[in-house]
Amino acid sequence: MTWGVYWSSFDAFVTMGGYGLYVWGSYFVAAAALAIEIVLLVSRRRRTLRMLAQLHGSDSQ
Amino acid sequence: MQSPASPPDAPRRTRFSWTYFASPATFYPPAGAMIPWFAAAAAILCAAGVYVGLLVAPTDATQGDSYRIIFIHVGAAWMSMFLYLVMAFWATVGLAWNTRLASMMASALAPTGALFAFLALWTGALWGKPTWGTWWVWDARLTSELILLFLYIGFMALQAAIDDPRRADRAGAVLAIVGVINVPIIYFSVQWWNTLHQGSSISMTRAPSMAATMVLGMLLVALGFWMYSIAAALARVRSIILERERRTDWVVSEIGKTMGTT
Repeated sequence: MTWGVYWSSFDAFVTMGGYGLYVWGSYFVAAAALAIEIVLLVSRRRRTLRMLAQLHGSDSQ
Repeated sequence: MQSPASPPDAPRRTRFSWTYFASPATFYPPAGAMIPWFAAAAAILCAAGVYVGLLVAPTDATQGDSYRIIFIHVGAAWMSMFLYLVMAFWATVGLAWNTRLASMMASALAPTGALFAFLALWTGALWGKPTWGTWWVWDARLTSELILLFLYIGFMALQAAIDDPRRADRAGAVLAIVGVINVPIIYFSVQWWNTLHQGSSISMTRAPSMAATMVLGMLLVALGFWMYSIAAALARVRSIILERERRTDWVVSEIGKTMGTT
């Protein structure tokens, strides 16, 4: 078992033996999906805090 | 052997009790404190898994480099099924014991579960095209996973359609419980029916048929997705708690604290 980088060139890494579209299409969509969920979670929290500030008056601001 | 008797004047609150955290007010602060730890673990595990999967693991002898989709495909598929079971568990607890927090937890898990079900299908399609020659086929494994995605979407749509939160909790719980039957169908579909989908890559009872680096990459990403799911569900349940408990005194004082610090 070796732990070094398997690829001999950057080009080979990008083309993925001809499967680049499928491999990178999977990884980019997965990363984008998680990133979108994180953005939605943060914006929901901000929206909720704004709603609560409005509801309970802004005497603490 | 005798355990020493506790002093009579010992305050009862020192005894740790899980039911203490069953109320939204007591769960809200520790949930917030846990999020950064689970998020950090998720980032480290996913980065390590993707590093091993894309850079260290060798090309597969039969599938070439298309097999590298496995590193996210398997983790996403596992999480989509596991999160459904967890969601159904909390929905059942909320239904049976009438605990609000358990129902909120079920609602918080649904979008993340749907996300992983979508990712399992998406990466599966991108893997199917080069290996089977088709993006999609109506076989048992793929169809039951698609039904899982629809169950998540149905659960969220049903809850969104009902104004009263506790009625929405109960209706969602019934749907979630009925849908549990689909999870073993997905899991065992490759054994029960003839399907294009390959069998399990990893088994508890026999040695893995893959290279050690391949197994490691897969497990690292799957663990990372697990930690991510916990962080995401905790973050979402905190918003749900604040929205639903907005008229309570503890939320008012909590908001005062938040406004004071930011």
